[in-house]
Amino acid sequence: MSLSGALEIASCTDPGMVRAHNEDSIASDGEKGLVVLADGMGGYNAGEVASGMATTVIITELQHLLDKRTPYETDAASGQVIAHQLLHEQIAKANTSIYQAAQSQPQYAGMGTTLVVALFYDNKMTVAHIGDSRLYRMRGDELKQITKDHSLLQEQIDSGVITPQQAKQSQNKNLVTRALGIDPIVEPEIHDHETQPGDIYLLCSDGLCDMVGDEDIGLALQTLSSNLKLCAQHLVQTANDNGGRDNISVILVRVLRDFPASRGIVGKLMSWFR
Amino acid sequence: MAKLILSMDGLVLKEINLTKERTTIGRKPHNDIQIDNLAVSGEHAVIVTILQDSFLEDLGSTNGTVVNGQSIKKHFLQNNDIIELGKYKLKYVNETPAGMAKAADFEKTMVLRPGATRPAASAAPAAPVAAAAPAPAAAKAGDTVQGPATTMPPAAAKPATSAPQKSAALQLLSGANAGKELDLTKPLTTLGKPGVQVAVITRRPQGFFITHVEGASFPVVNGKPLDAQAHALNDHDVIELAGVKMEFFLKA
Repeated sequence: MSLSGALEIASCTDPGMVRAHNEDSIASDGEKGLVVLADGMGGYNAGEVASGMATTVIITELQHLLDKRTPYETDAASGQVIAHQLLHEQIAKANTSIYQAAQSQPQYAGMGTTLVVALFYDNKMTVAHIGDSRLYRMRGDELKQITKDHSLLQEQIDSGVITPQQAKQSQNKNLVTRALGIDPIVEPEIHDHETQPGDIYLLCSDGLCDMVGDEDIGLALQTLSSNLKLCAQHLVQTANDNGGRDNISVILVRVLRDFPASRGIVGKLMSWFR
Repeated sequence: MAKLILSMDGLVLKEINLTKERTTIGRKPHNDIQIDNLAVSGEHAVIVTILQDSFLEDLGSTNGTVVNGQSIKKHFLQNNDIIELGKYKLKYVNETPAGMAKAADFEKTMVLRPGATRPAASAAPAAPVAAAAPAPAAAKAGDTVQGPATTMPPAAAKPATSAPQKSAALQLLSGANAGKELDLTKPLTTLGKPGVQVAVITRRPQGFFITHVEGASFPVVNGKPLDAQAHALNDHDVIELAGVKMEFFLKA
């Protein structure tokens, strides 16, 4: 099933003002309705290796699998929605690849990566994430953070130790509680969300949301929505203007029209002519 | 490593490193920081330290705990905060001796393993954060994590709308609203007609820039059409957009 014409995707990635390397990695496929963003960590260039492995494994495997499997259907054997099953399996695969590379090659020891993936199908999207890379939704004039970080700060906010306001002052910003490639097994957080035409989704690494407030992100998405590429560049530029202390990556996805799954013979025929 | 500097009447009495998860302050001898003064309660306050962050909590003391002149119940300590207990002062210092040079390293994302003992709770004060790092990288990562206490303010503390000092405005020179002024106060101001021609003026630390957003024709500045790149605006530049002329000027 092709989603061509249903989604508009623009992206931008930048090492920022301080770091020499860009350890972020992004990939997307508009036809398949797939966007992936990873923020790697580890010494020398290991962070780049980890995030690169994550995006490559996930996008290439899913591109292939989505030709054969229909994401909205339920798997008869496991009772799981196929989209969830595919994401689970491919994230596990990426995790194993990174973990094994980290175990077997000393220069990669301890490398890992955060991850946020969105798969669009049947007027909805399934979002999987690990760590502190985020997905936001702009609907109308409301910007909403869809994913909840797997980080020490988020845990502290949840348990009431600190307020979200205080969290901005914290020195413990850089501690994630979940990452890909660190342990033999990782549990991604996976949820479904309804989409509407006009929605704009923002996937970003912490280099954006640590440097640019939600208010300015919202303003940029609203005022520059007619030029998604410029909007992505503007967000990166704003993060750099504010110091650019980390790598900055941004993927923007705009829903242009409804994209219901074509069920049955007639629907499948119709979808050929789209 | 964060520390407290205890002083009275400007005389430094003692420095205390905040290595424990809980550092208690009070008059009684079992406290980590004992202050033998009747204005201080037996168990006066406690400082809870979680990695690089420290929180001060008053334990229902008789005379209360004051930070930077304000009475507090619970307070998230920031570098150079002054805690007052009667005549005594405790200054909270949380900066890295290495300075800013390695700041970039300190901020690198690290993994806290799920289920691992919270580092601040670990008994060994010498390497309180080593447990946070993945085992194979413990030695290397330990160093990196040791000092996220940088002297730089945390990133988000800086207002995202860090604006240039100067302000600017547009004055319309033609069209129905000729003569009107538009202050450029927002980080982004769009101009033109949606669907026809739109440009945006961005306010950045370096100054003001105009960029084409949508439409077949590009904005014209001082008679020259722009390309897709952002264009820096100078005082008294004349912009033509969707048939309207306007002048950009800086305000004193």
